[in-house]
Amino acid sequence: MAKMSFENHIMKQFDDELEEIRTRLMEMGGKVEQQVQNAVRAISEADSKLAEEVIIEEQVVDEMEVDIDTACILIIARRQPAASDLRLVMMVTKAINDLERIGDEAKKIANHAILLVEEGGSSKGYPEIRHIGASVSKMLANALDAFARFDADAAMSTIEEDKQIDLDYKTALRELVTYMMEDPRSISRVINVLWVVRSLERIGDHTKNLCEQIIFVVKGKDIRHK
Amino acid sequence: MSPVETPKAVKVVKKSKTAPKSKKAVAPKIAPMQTLDIGDHHVTVGEIFSDKPKMTMRNINVFYADKQAIHDVSIDIAENEVIAMIGPSGCGKSTFLRALNRMNDTVEGCRVEGDIRMDGEDLYAPKLDVVELRARVGMVFQKPNPFPKSIYDNVAYGPKIHGLADTRVDLDEIVENSLRKASLWEEVKERLHQPGTGLSGGQQQRLCIARAIAVSPEVILMDEPCSALDPIATAKIEELIEELSQNFTIAIVTHSMQQAARVSHRTAYFHLGKLIEVNPTKQVFTMPEHPLTEAYITGRFG
Repeated sequence: MAKMSFENHIMKQFDDELEEIRTRLMEMGGKVEQQVQNAVRAISEADSKLAEEVIIEEQVVDEMEVDIDTACILIIARRQPAASDLRLVMMVTKAINDLERIGDEAKKIANHAILLVEEGGSSKGYPEIRHIGASVSKMLANALDAFARFDADAAMSTIEEDKQIDLDYKTALRELVTYMMEDPRSISRVINVLWVVRSLERIGDHTKNLCEQIIFVVKGKDIRHK
Repeated sequence: MSPVETPKAVKVVKKSKTAPKSKKAVAPKIAPMQTLDIGDHHVTVGEIFSDKPKMTMRNINVFYADKQAIHDVSIDIAENEVIAMIGPSGCGKSTFLRALNRMNDTVEGCRVEGDIRMDGEDLYAPKLDVVELRARVGMVFQKPNPFPKSIYDNVAYGPKIHGLADTRVDLDEIVENSLRKASLWEEVKERLHQPGTGLSGGQQQRLCIARAIAVSPEVILMDEPCSALDPIATAKIEELIEELSQNFTIAIVTHSMQQAARVSHRTAYFHLGKLIEVNPTKQVFTMPEHPLTEAYITGRFG
């Protein structure tokens, strides 16, 4: 297996094009990461203004997706990429889809943040959300880092993080159900929290997909559903 | 239908090493523009051998006077397989192809060493009739080269000299069948007695294919058969290759990697006279095993 490098094409322009989709994917990842962090912070700090920002910024993520997708289609049409180049382009088209979905989930979290602020803040500051939110943010950061370095091992260990997130999600569900049983007046608020944890769990799943795609680029192996 | 997605069930034995290398001095490099050197101790990677081989080549060395053009190449070509040979100019792929039906015999100073067999029969045996061999292993060249004769005579020539047709009716049938198999019949059936050179380039190349298949070869060698053709004529030839592979074994040398990807079941990559990698085409173009193959098919040589 050759070292991952998208340089040294006879056509220099091709290097630039691959480098560009790679850079833009990183930018989009950075933006999405920030969206997730802000959405979670909007809840823990009861900041509905920040939540509104997240909702507005979601459009930027959508635009990034369309732009990168167009660039990928152009590369396929013009360069007929093969081998690692082909795997990179295919990976990027899939990865932007997952990132966009993560952006959607961040927007959903922001919507619930506004509802939670309206309901009146919690004295505890939603520990479940903060805990899972931190794990998910870290996982996403690790995935983007693995992509930046084309590090399949790092991507592999990042996938493992999703297992803990799924466990934490189940634990949180049980706790939240207990709250609702203990105090029926909390139901409407707890349901909002429930949707937020659910979104965070989904973000973990999309991040896992991202890691699988990194492994596909580097190793040429499809490890999905395995 | 793409052969890349639906490869034929060519069973190929995975083997990581070729036969042990001889300790021969290595001739000077052929193509000075290539800076990537793979050294003297290269072993071909991938699925080199077949358990249903039509042709077997073992430890082939080809020399042009004192220059060595092919270094210790071993490979099998499986029955009814389309195998593509790719590589930069001067890598020896055409030289290797020509060794398969002894076309190199006609080249002054060219010497072929090693063992080449078809169905177990030594093709370089002294008693072997080379003319008969070339009927069994037909060839299509880069430039369409019909004889300056009628379309009919171009196709009928081979069967006539090889005594394949006893009567005029038999001959007519062979000509029609060959032209049909070469997807040319409908276009020329009204003008069989006009000169073959009056056809378009793509039609001429299909005429040459019809001429090659008229003598019922077992293997067809194609040396860049589409490089002088436009995209539509190219597509027709590629479609034809797919159809012909039902009945024939085809080895094709091509400069177009996309063409290799489209038509072949296995791809062999040559570099500086050495066989670097042989693998199923769908693997070579998505996940090549050797870094040199990767560099070539992604267009990064220098």
